[in-house]
Amino acid sequence: MAANPQDLTRTSRRRFLQAAGAATAAALTIGFEWSVAGRRAMAAGAVPATGETSFAPNAFVRIGSDDSVTIIAKHVEMGQGSYTGIATILAEELDADWSKVRVESAPADAKRYANLAFGMQGTGGSSAMANSWNQLREAGAKGRAVLLAAAAQQWQVPVSELRAERGVVHGPGGRHASFGALVATASTLPLPATVALKDPSQFKLIGQTIARVDAAAKSNGTAQFTIDFSLPGMLVALLQRPPLFGATVKSLDASAAQAIPGVVKVVQVPAGVAVIATGFWAAKRGRDALQVQWDETQAEKRSSAAIVAQYRDLADQPAASARKDGDAHRAIAGATKKISATYEFPYLAHAPMEPLDAVVKLSSDHCEIWAGDQFQTIDQANAARAAGLEPAQVSIHTLYAGGSFGRRANSYSDYIVEAVSIAKAHGAGTPIKLQWTREDDIHGGLYRPLYVHKLEAGLDEHGALSGWRHVIVGQSIMGGTAFDAMVKDGIDPTSVEGAANLPYAVPNVQVDLATTKTGVPVLWWRVVGSSHTAFAVESFIDEVAHAADQDPYEFRRNLLEQEPRMRAVLDLAAEKSGWSSAPLPAGRGRGIAVAEAFNTYVAQVAEVTVGADGKVKVDRVVCAVDCGTPINPDIITAQMEGGIGFGLGAILYGEISLKDGRVEQNNFDGYRVLRMHEMPKVEVHIVASTLPPTGVGEPGVAPIGPAVANALFAATGKRVQTLPFARGGFA
Amino acid sequence: MTTSFVLNGKATHLDADPTMPLLWAVRELAGLTGTKFGCGVAQCGACTVHLDGQPIRSCVTPLAAVAGKRITTIEGLHGKPATAVQAAWVKLQVPQCGYCQSGQIMSATALLTKNAAPTDADIDDAMRGNICRCGTYVRIRAAIHAAAASLEA
Repeated sequence: MAANPQDLTRTSRRRFLQAAGAATAAALTIGFEWSVAGRRAMAAGAVPATGETSFAPNAFVRIGSDDSVTIIAKHVEMGQGSYTGIATILAEELDADWSKVRVESAPADAKRYANLAFGMQGTGGSSAMANSWNQLREAGAKGRAVLLAAAAQQWQVPVSELRAERGVVHGPGGRHASFGALVATASTLPLPATVALKDPSQFKLIGQTIARVDAAAKSNGTAQFTIDFSLPGMLVALLQRPPLFGATVKSLDASAAQAIPGVVKVVQVPAGVAVIATGFWAAKRGRDALQVQWDETQAEKRSSAAIVAQYRDLADQPAASARKDGDAHRAIAGATKKISATYEFPYLAHAPMEPLDAVVKLSSDHCEIWAGDQFQTIDQANAARAAGLEPAQVSIHTLYAGGSFGRRANSYSDYIVEAVSIAKAHGAGTPIKLQWTREDDIHGGLYRPLYVHKLEAGLDEHGALSGWRHVIVGQSIMGGTAFDAMVKDGIDPTSVEGAANLPYAVPNVQVDLATTKTGVPVLWWRVVGSSHTAFAVESFIDEVAHAADQDPYEFRRNLLEQEPRMRAVLDLAAEKSGWSSAPLPAGRGRGIAVAEAFNTYVAQVAEVTVGADGKVKVDRVVCAVDCGTPINPDIITAQMEGGIGFGLGAILYGEISLKDGRVEQNNFDGYRVLRMHEMPKVEVHIVASTLPPTGVGEPGVAPIGPAVANALFAATGKRVQTLPFARGGFA
Repeated sequence: MTTSFVLNGKATHLDADPTMPLLWAVRELAGLTGTKFGCGVAQCGACTVHLDGQPIRSCVTPLAAVAGKRITTIEGLHGKPATAVQAAWVKLQVPQCGYCQSGQIMSATALLTKNAAPTDADIDDAMRGNICRCGTYVRIRAAIHAAAASLEA
């Protein structure tokens, strides 16, 4: 495990691929291409009413005789810009006219549309660009090669005399033909086995700020989310779930609910009691009128405080080893100066703006699903199980998702299975829309786990960091799920990522993990492990730097000689923020933090003002990011801005707390998220690179918490070790 | 019971439970789905529409309360401030997931209609009731300033 801890994250991804592949038995086809017959079939299936033909060289693009270029996105668009990024990569190598490009979501089909990082169809781990990069470049380049070959055949000239530019093939003597004019011929030609990709210097779209394909529809109300989708005869269902995790229905009196006008049926399903009605309001009134007695004997009845107390005890017990270099115990025991800290992280809800929802149409041999689906292959399998069908009998239409932050990617397919089971219980092939309310979402579990981290460090007589010990206590996200095979030797990599791969050069390092069990269901939450490990590591290294009487930026930098990309973003953020300039006036402070997540490196410097009431206001954040080749700088910038806003809300206010097993928050009043007046100014600097691209949807979240906590310390001398800040009166 | 009001300039008569929030009447009965459900308790602003030009939270406004009133949703938004706001939203690439943006645009348009040159503090006041989980606040602020500038020009 510790053989190459720096590579832990990458190793994890590979294992994830194998585990997920095994779990779903998904066949993996890289660069799926249509045969000529297949292409004809595909084109025929796509013939518009006008009788136009089209050319589909592979599963990712279809070119119409009207010059339209339809790019098929295998990743959900949930705000991260995947549609635009996917289209950009493919259109670049195709030399398409960007104004003719449209994006369509791929059907659920793991054979054609697997995430190559997972071995199944799904979006997550900031992997959309990274796994699509070669696949879609090749798909575009092969399409272009066939279009060129078609022109060569039509004009009887060598391909070498042709070039494609913005949707047009140009030949000798000013001859030219639009892609659309070539599709009929192209459809009959073989695809090349191999194709040369562009040198980055030839890129025309990649690296440019291209407008998002969804910006206009999302600015005029026409973008269609699941909540907006309806079918003739469709009914709306709300589900009453247990008040405690693990409780079950003991008895049900639905008579009052059934008396509400508009309520059609009340059905009991494995997840609870569903009220099916003609619309949301009737379903809501019906659900409010339900009389359900719950059996709570198997339910989780502890309070958060009791769980934290247990975790604090466990932090002092022996645990599974995630990394062991040298002898951290001895180094710390013999240190000239010892530093220690214990951090507490609460459960967190994802709270995407669109509460979970799915539309299901179920017949005896087919289940059709419309959702902002993030885990198509798993959802297909789970829906099939709930419906009593085979996965191949389940089709999924992936719509825009109104945010997710990980919530829609879960191996239980909770909201999908609920919708299917309700549709099945109702019967008669009636389409059902299951709609969660915000309270359902806040109470609904699958939270970012609660964790306790205990850290100890030792400085030797020269002030050098000689030992580092880190113990993490909390639930496993993957254990006991379809991803269980990812857990090796008691280590769930998502519990320790960002900690076991500590980037700093320390001779003696020990990172341990105590995995706990509670009745609270948990899940990955934007930036996964680094949503807590980055806070612990980057707050603690800051404490250590101060204990060593060194500048926290210089201290980090000196320990990052072996991590050039991390050091470069740290330097860039320090430089652009004016780290070394005059100190801020009293009551203000600067803090710095750096993190790697999903192979993207982000450093942030936060500037804060602390009011007389002790509450922190974040004024400015300077962010440096290295995500390899920047495909769309404006989307990268937007993701950093958004990640900072999302992360900031969580560290200042975010907390799901249990009181005797009951979630104490209900809605956005109790579960506070960041609002407009709390958003700092953000400046984003992107490192120029020609390395393969990595993701940006999540990594920007990692450093903001510790950067702000370190800034608070700079301003006040106080350290925040219990999150959220609001707990200690700091927000 | 029938409630009559003007929806996006059109006389509208909806036969529905008068306690039904305007949000669901607009979405499910009038079929205008641009207005979104985010919280149901006037905490997030995704459901913001205009009642006689003022921004209101349609998720807590009973249908009965809008009898005889003029309601404007994102679908019926028009006029110079609205056009400027929507153009700025696209130009500055504000939306990410986009789900809250109808509400954001309704609030921003109402702000610019009564205050052609809002300060950052004015924007904070007018927009703090609209949550964006994607964290597009930096761009929302910039887009409101850009829209104001374009109206001045």
